[in-house]
Amino acid sequence: MSRRRPRDGGVPAPLLVPAALAVAFLVLPLLGLVVRAPWSELGPQLTRPGVGQALRLSLVSATLATLVSLLLGVPLAWVLARSRIRGRSVLRALVTVPLVLPPVVGGVALFLVLGRQGIVGRWLFEATGLALPFTTAAVVVAETFVAMPFLVISVEGALRAADARFEDAAATLGADRWTTFRRVTLPLVAPGIAAGAVLCWARALGEFGATITFAGNFPGTTQTMPLAVYLALQRDPDAAIVLSLVLLAVSLATLLLLRGRWLGRGVTG
Amino acid sequence: MSEHRSERQQHGRAVRGVIAGLAVLALAGCGAPDSSSDGEVTGTVTVFAAASLTEVFTSLGAQLEADHPGLDVQFNFAGSSALATQLTQGAPADVFASADTDQMDVVTNNGIVSTAPALFATNTLEIVVPAGNPGSITGLDDLADPAKTIALCAPEVPCGAAAEEVFDAAGLTAAPDTLEEDVKAALTKVTLGEVDAALVYATDVRAAGDAVEGIEFPEAADAVNGYPICTLTDAPNPAGARAFAELVTSSAGREALAAAGFGAP
Repeated sequence: MSRRRPRDGGVPAPLLVPAALAVAFLVLPLLGLVVRAPWSELGPQLTRPGVGQALRLSLVSATLATLVSLLLGVPLAWVLARSRIRGRSVLRALVTVPLVLPPVVGGVALFLVLGRQGIVGRWLFEATGLALPFTTAAVVVAETFVAMPFLVISVEGALRAADARFEDAAATLGADRWTTFRRVTLPLVAPGIAAGAVLCWARALGEFGATITFAGNFPGTTQTMPLAVYLALQRDPDAAIVLSLVLLAVSLATLLLLRGRWLGRGVTG
Repeated sequence: MSEHRSERQQHGRAVRGVIAGLAVLALAGCGAPDSSSDGEVTGTVTVFAAASLTEVFTSLGAQLEADHPGLDVQFNFAGSSALATQLTQGAPADVFASADTDQMDVVTNNGIVSTAPALFATNTLEIVVPAGNPGSITGLDDLADPAKTIALCAPEVPCGAAAEEVFDAAGLTAAPDTLEEDVKAALTKVTLGEVDAALVYATDVRAAGDAVEGIEFPEAADAVNGYPICTLTDAPNPAGARAFAELVTSSAGREALAAAGFGAP
């Protein structure tokens, strides 16, 4: 990950203009939110019942989704990058399908498998009377489905870029493959995993389509911030802007804090 | 007009003449510009319409396209509130049909309506359950039972506002597990069999066919939605907009709406 780079300061002109355009394109909509925000109503809007609830639910479910993604996604990334199983490229294409799938379709697909009439969910429902949809667990499932591919892609890239000779050396020194993975590979790609986890968390935090479809929308159990924003937009656009700003501020603060603390230079260069 | 047409064609012409006359009368009350002149109706008409109008408007659109070669009717079906927001934010559209007067008022108050909205239909709520009624739902009080899995529309959208009125009138506290963003989303949860019941419009129950069963309930009479339609000031295709609004308020439009389960305005 730490290739040597040209010294700072000298941005070539052909890069500067498009880069500046990219900044404008990405940042202006945020500025629009800030400019249009009803600052005088900020207090009452923020203290409305349900705002804190939705924010807390968003943070908790996005974090859980990221943990599940780490637990399952890192091993999957290793399989995609290092193993020699056949049909790897097909496998890679399949597991990144949620990236291209409209999230609402993802939500319907989750119903068809995990809903109480779903292929798997039906057994659970018939055996225990429990159903996954419309629960907080369903929010985590929907967010994991949509966000995990981001982590897998990042970690796989990191694994491919990592120098495999360290792993070879560990093997020649007698380490078995599991030890090599834990003691050599993981530390080597840690920055890539961290970057992937951040990407995954951010995607999960903003997740809307799969969540509202599969988990539904109910304050306290399944109404995350993006859902609250969408519904506020139906009646009270000002409230929607305030909620969006809250979500933005919290996610930016979290990302900046994490970058300073854990990610170091591996991610930010 | 030739005297040598078949009886059927003559009859068709007569009906169309009556329709046109009625439409002019209907729209005259809305302060519409005189539309009796047969201006060329062509190009693209963009209609923003409540999700509950999906089936009937799609067929009316096809009918209008058949009547006017070269005309293309495009629809944006969504929750009325979402559409109202899009329109007040400047979305280009010719016609707006809302599932309640509140959302029409949002648009009217924004000053982007060229004709005073005309009511063209009404709709009542109905309980909808998956085929076979696995949750053994019999009436509105089952939707207040926390043990059942229930989908309602969010109170921010018209069907949710109507649901609140119905529960208030019945003196019941609803026990929903999810508050859906529009009526079709609530219906989808039922067709997928993921909820025991939902409260949707009578017309949605009919449109869903055999996958679901409808249960009428007396309290529905307390929340009857009126559907207004209007043409918009900045309509890119004013002639097309008028033609569509006229078709909807015509007797042919009324018939199609009645067949879909809508009530008369």
